[in-house]
Amino acid sequence: MSLGKTEVEYISRLTQIDVQENQIESVAKKLSNILELFAQMEAVDTEEVAPMAHPLDAVQRLRPDAVTEVDQHERLQAIAPAVAEAYYLVPQVIE
Amino acid sequence: MSWEVVIGLEIHAQLTTKSKIFSGASTEYGAAPNSQACPIDIGMPGMLPVLNQAVIGKSIMLGLALDAEIGKRSVFDRKNYFYPDLPKGYQTSQFELPIVGQGKLEIELEDGTKKVIGVTRAHLEEDAGKSVHGLVPGQTGVDLNRSGTPLLEIVSDPDMSSAKEAVAYAKKMHELVQYLGICDGNMQEGSFRVDSNVSVRRKGEPLGTRAELKNINSFRFIEKAIEFEVERQIELLESGGKVVQETRLYDAETNTTRSMRTKEEANDYRYFPCPDLLPVVITEEDIKAVKDSMPELPEAKRQRFVSEFGLSEYDAVVLTGSRALAEFFETVVALTGSKDAKLCANWVTSGFAAALNRDGLPVEQAPVTAELLAGMIVRIMDNSISGKIAKQVFEAMWKGEGTADSIIEAKGLKQITDSGVIEALVDAVLGDNPSQVEAYKAGQTKMLGYFVGQVMQASGGQANPSQVNQILVAKLSD
Repeated sequence: MSLGKTEVEYISRLTQIDVQENQIESVAKKLSNILELFAQMEAVDTEEVAPMAHPLDAVQRLRPDAVTEVDQHERLQAIAPAVAEAYYLVPQVIE
Repeated sequence: MSWEVVIGLEIHAQLTTKSKIFSGASTEYGAAPNSQACPIDIGMPGMLPVLNQAVIGKSIMLGLALDAEIGKRSVFDRKNYFYPDLPKGYQTSQFELPIVGQGKLEIELEDGTKKVIGVTRAHLEEDAGKSVHGLVPGQTGVDLNRSGTPLLEIVSDPDMSSAKEAVAYAKKMHELVQYLGICDGNMQEGSFRVDSNVSVRRKGEPLGTRAELKNINSFRFIEKAIEFEVERQIELLESGGKVVQETRLYDAETNTTRSMRTKEEANDYRYFPCPDLLPVVITEEDIKAVKDSMPELPEAKRQRFVSEFGLSEYDAVVLTGSRALAEFFETVVALTGSKDAKLCANWVTSGFAAALNRDGLPVEQAPVTAELLAGMIVRIMDNSISGKIAKQVFEAMWKGEGTADSIIEAKGLKQITDSGVIEALVDAVLGDNPSQVEAYKAGQTKMLGYFVGQVMQASGGQANPSQVNQILVAKLSD
């Protein structure tokens, strides 16, 4: 399967990764190569194989339900591009 | 042309934990912006989530209550989408292997008929943050305190065929999660959110395109919104239009719904297993431990109230309407020596529940505790006060004036049971009303009620009414 301009533009929008007009062709080619790899793997018979959720054969460890974190918003917001009244500021979102 | 309505609900129940699903930050409501958002919650690179064990037990509990399959191996997935209140760029959720599988919930409709609604699944996920507008012109403020709050999303089968059925199901689920103690059910604070998927079709045809109604925080508005949406879709289809799959907002002021966003692209969430979290394994022992700690469910409690206490079906339904009220009632019955459960039920469902309603208080905050109410009911049972005086005592207790005994003492409300005193009162009333006595003796026996009223009034309401009756009848037949 190979990807064309339309698919690359769609993926670009979904991932919010800006792909310049002059990059589209090369991005399409790179993505297509990856898909070809998957196409090769599809040749393997996986009928009897359970989907893998994690490469490690281990089980999730759990933590007790206790509050262990303290308020550090000032330190965390020191690296935020914009802050007002302890809120993080982002470009306006209108629904 | 007759239309069939198809409704499925997605309910987000916030689980009652102290800390978040993947971090040790507090989940307390109403804190200062971003004061409860730690590096994991705000999506700092390199942070690793660690699952809160409390959410597992609570999910199993709901699964058992819904008679559902528990996912022995459940997996967390990333649901990818971009929004400023979701700093990681994905929501950690469950997709293919949820913690609770197919189950069911029986609802009862207004006319008493019962219907079983399928529950497709319930999965664990984290909540997103909140956006505030208008803080700084042209910008949106983001508060990430809610980010990482544990949610159980309960997805129903599309089994409901009217707004009423949908609301009956939502209410039943609301009652259930509170009974189980896994969610506080507070709809105003968003702890229990109902999204409705509504579609219509002509009888016998395949499912129509659905619209989703989101963020409606009262059962009444859910019903109205669905009703409006059904009509909108039918009108649209009958006039030759097409329903588009979209999210619609309900406006309570105009009682209409309007388009919020179309989902054509947003639906491509590119789920994949979260590499930061390992599969969760639940053993038979884990399930058994939860089963052993399960509280009695509403339906079982209802039946027991009828069989054990001899209550009417109606009283049992009212009393089991909330777990707190049911437990309050049982405490009152036990404290009064379990001799007259019916009397206790009457006081809890009328006097007590009415006062709660009037003052808008939850059971736990009632000024009259189970001990106080039981103390008063004991005084009704031993004839110290009549039911009528009890109402006065109850109001005084509600105002915090003390125990029933101290109020009865202070206000001199003790019932008069001394027959000598009552006889004197009766004699005075009869003496003052010779013509009425004559009428009574001439056959107008309904005059008796008048005399009883007069005597009760003369005693300040404190004479024992049945004694008054007896003495009056005896004296009048002399």
